[in-house]
Amino acid sequence: MANEQIQYVTAPKVEDNRKKYCRFKKNGIKYIDYKDANFLLKFVNEQGKLLPRRLTGTSLKFQRKVAQAVKRSRHIGLLPYVTDSLK
Amino acid sequence: MQQYETVIILTPLLSVETAKEVVAKYTKLLTDGGAEIIQEDNWGLRKLAYPIQKKTTGYYHLTEFKAPGELINKLEVEYRRDERVLRFLTIALDKHAVAYNEKKRSGAFNQKKAKTEEVAK
Repeated sequence: MANEQIQYVTAPKVEDNRKKYCRFKKNGIKYIDYKDANFLLKFVNEQGKLLPRRLTGTSLKFQRKVAQAVKRSRHIGLLPYVTDSLK
Repeated sequence: MQQYETVIILTPLLSVETAKEVVAKYTKLLTDGGAEIIQEDNWGLRKLAYPIQKKTTGYYHLTEFKAPGELINKLEVEYRRDERVLRFLTIALDKHAVAYNEKKRSGAFNQKKAKTEEVAK
């Protein structure tokens, strides 16, 4: 055969072994400060919406606390409720 | 007594002195009501993330205190009656929050911040 190039029918799966983890559990953080807007930026998208646990890897216990902190932060005007370009 | 934390945002139309007076008025209200002030933090004039009552900036002031629960209602009624207060937030602190605030006051976080800055460089 002249053309020895291998062609796959479906794209080969690239295994990503990096497992997601809950950063609060790992680092032993027990309280999420609503006054620290820069830190909370990690848990919202560009529009200022909360990111799902699916993407951040946060455990349920802390996701609830993150949500609470973000909402408090919005109330006192440290984070926007709606926006277009947060990052 | 439960430990609380309250943040108020005052209108930027006030001068720095009057803003301080307003804050002093509320701390007096707290201490008169039997509260024990643990810490006060004045953030000064800050930009808001979105306009509140058509203002884009405000004076922020944080007070941490121990008080009997009934006092909170009185305090919040006063906040609502005061036109100079744009926004307020009062929360009860749990044991983790109390520990966090104590750590923050003792300056344990500044070292951490310095470390992350070094990494960023």
